[in-house]
Amino acid sequence: MSAREKVAANVANYVDERTGAASWMKKNLQKVFPDHWSFMLGEIALYSFLILLLSGTFLTFWFDPSMRHVVYEGSYQPLKDVEMSAAYASTLHISFDVRGGLLMRQIHHWAALIFMAAIVVHLLRVFFTGAFRKPREFNWILGIALLTLGIVEGFLGYSLPDDLLSGTGIRIAHAIIQSIPVVGTYLSFFAFGGAFPGEVFIPRIYIVHVLLLPGIFLALITVHLMLVWYQKHTQYPGPGRTEKNVVGYPLMPVYMAKAGGFFFIVFGITALLGAVASINPIWLYGPYTPGQISAGSQPDWYMGWLDGLVRMAPPIETYLFGYTVSWNILIPGLIIPGIIFTGMALYPFIESWMTGDKKEHHLLDRPRNVPNRTALGVMSLTFMLVALINGGNDIIATHFDLTINQIMWFSRIGIIVLPPLAFVITKRICLSLQRADRELVLHGKETGRLVMLPHGEFIEVHEELSAEKKYTLTQHQQPAAIALVKEDARGVLNPKGIRAKLQARFSAANAENIAKPTPDELKQLEGGHH
Amino acid sequence: MKFISKYRKHKLAAPLLLLFALTGLGLTFSVASATEAPKSVDAAARSTLIEEGQQIFLKGCSSCHGLNGEGAAIAPSLIGVGAASVDFQVATGRMPMQDMSQQAMRKAPVYNEEEVAALAAYVASLAPGPRAYTNEEIEWERDGNTAEGGELFRNNCAMCHNFAGQGGALTQGKYAPSVMGVEPKHIYEAMITGPQAMPVFSDKIITPEEKLSIIKWIKAAETEPNLGGAALGRVGPVTEGLLVWTLGLGLLIGIAVWLTAKAR
Repeated sequence: MSAREKVAANVANYVDERTGAASWMKKNLQKVFPDHWSFMLGEIALYSFLILLLSGTFLTFWFDPSMRHVVYEGSYQPLKDVEMSAAYASTLHISFDVRGGLLMRQIHHWAALIFMAAIVVHLLRVFFTGAFRKPREFNWILGIALLTLGIVEGFLGYSLPDDLLSGTGIRIAHAIIQSIPVVGTYLSFFAFGGAFPGEVFIPRIYIVHVLLLPGIFLALITVHLMLVWYQKHTQYPGPGRTEKNVVGYPLMPVYMAKAGGFFFIVFGITALLGAVASINPIWLYGPYTPGQISAGSQPDWYMGWLDGLVRMAPPIETYLFGYTVSWNILIPGLIIPGIIFTGMALYPFIESWMTGDKKEHHLLDRPRNVPNRTALGVMSLTFMLVALINGGNDIIATHFDLTINQIMWFSRIGIIVLPPLAFVITKRICLSLQRADRELVLHGKETGRLVMLPHGEFIEVHEELSAEKKYTLTQHQQPAAIALVKEDARGVLNPKGIRAKLQARFSAANAENIAKPTPDELKQLEGGHH
Repeated sequence: MKFISKYRKHKLAAPLLLLFALTGLGLTFSVASATEAPKSVDAAARSTLIEEGQQIFLKGCSSCHGLNGEGAAIAPSLIGVGAASVDFQVATGRMPMQDMSQQAMRKAPVYNEEEVAALAAYVASLAPGPRAYTNEEIEWERDGNTAEGGELFRNNCAMCHNFAGQGGALTQGKYAPSVMGVEPKHIYEAMITGPQAMPVFSDKIITPEEKLSIIKWIKAAETEPNLGGAALGRVGPVTEGLLVWTLGLGLLIGIAVWLTAKAR
């Protein structure tokens, strides 16, 4: 043992004798994680969150969350002597008079957009591969909670500078609060401390934005990761990979290096965006006054679908017992998002009920092998995409020479017609891909080599797949549909009634698959040609 | 001198003297008021300008606006719109219209400066209306105030023309065009005439000095460097979202694929 090793050993021993960390570390540093690019999407979200914490802390050093009126005296000339809130003035100060302030602001905002985008692609990966199934339902719900809170946190964040655009956003949030029947007016008075815009809203959302929500985020992310740790990571199917093992690399050193490096790459790309691309140029928007509005006022992208829904809502209002119920805000602003997020959170349970699958799953699904789920996912995505497109209808109108009315009607009809269409098309594509897999397993790859047999017949030589490949393509289960029990042996009607019928129908739809090749089929083909 | 003294008392002397005096006075007056003389020339030129304008109008405009500018089902009357309207619409290429779409769009002007002036003179002769301006008359650099102009712009213009003057969509395919790169006189004329879907901002609503401030702010916005990096069109969060989903996430996922690629 060299002198240096001796010192290291002594230090390690010292720590271990007091904390007992060695055995824990030995066990956990060797924990194995499977290797796939799609397993790093959640990491992007995690690292963006760290970037948000760091850059956000920097911004709090100068930001003044106050709606006190001040006259701008800073170095941005086009706003000289303009009356504005201290929040807006201090954001201008950060942008123009704090060294590196604008860069940090832009990094913070780009990181927020990346954070949300990464959460969404991570969610899509988890959804389409069925990683949310037992035992990971709670982690899925935590993920949905993080997504929802992320939307709120982002909205509050870009509302803080009190510029013309964010003020418009707050005004819409105010309208959505007011649209809640009966209590809406009181709730809005409560949130704004009186009439809009008041003097208290910015300080209130500031403390929610920098203290309450980040705290909740930290807690939820910790639990989210602890559950991944405890339940182990899922893996894609393949030879040697079972429901009982995890094939991959140990945390130390491979994953430590990869994950650590990836953090710096995420930071680097965020900083690159912050350095070269302008985001939320609040000095151009000007300070917020309720009398002003700008054309092309949009929320950030993760709220865009919500804005799109509100924009396409027909103007329906009813006047009931002295109260106005604004369905045109209530339905797209609260009811539909409520249904969407509740449905998303409950989806693992809904699917488990539809398929009757109560087993644990650690091997992921290939999306094509679960056509129903994949089609449902694409259907929901289509709905959101149509709403998102309508959220940018004015920008699309001016840049693609269309009319806002055309886009609005396209969206109104499309949001009803396109999702079911997407469902059918996706399901057909999945089944076709299953058929292609079956072909591949039974007949091998087409080589393009034509051979003439002695008796004159031409055949194309097919190259047989490797055993590993064949296994990967055929390892999945194809569960049968749940048989509908109308009455039991003694003639008693099924007490579940309509629920049993529904379940049977859903499960039948779910069981629609192209039968994967059986070992017998494979054997029959061996030796022969096709 | 004898001659003069001889006939000094002649009975025709007084009337002749009067005649000389009057002639002299008249001549002096006509010489002294020589500056007035070109007025009659100018009036003549003006009437030829109007006539020229009428000729251009009959060829290029009357098929829609009527032979006397009285308007028709497809085009509004031009009586009383004034030279300002003509200068704005024709010199920015909006008129004559390329097609009967929702709104006349800015394009390369069909008529040159003289022709525009002639057209403007003709239309102005139909009935009084706001006059045309020259860029030299619009003293925005001297009399405008950028910050005040910004506030006025956000109060009165941004709702259609966007916070940075980039333009925006209106209903049924109409739109507010970008105000970037527009000549000061045309901005001014647009405000006093209210072309297309734009309202008129009379001098009572926005005073001439305030109009100059708006122009000064627009010119400042035009030349303002992109302080935060690539401006992404200055149209708000839509392009930011687009960039994050394409370049941002594209790069990150690409790197994730690279990090997990199997060594070959």
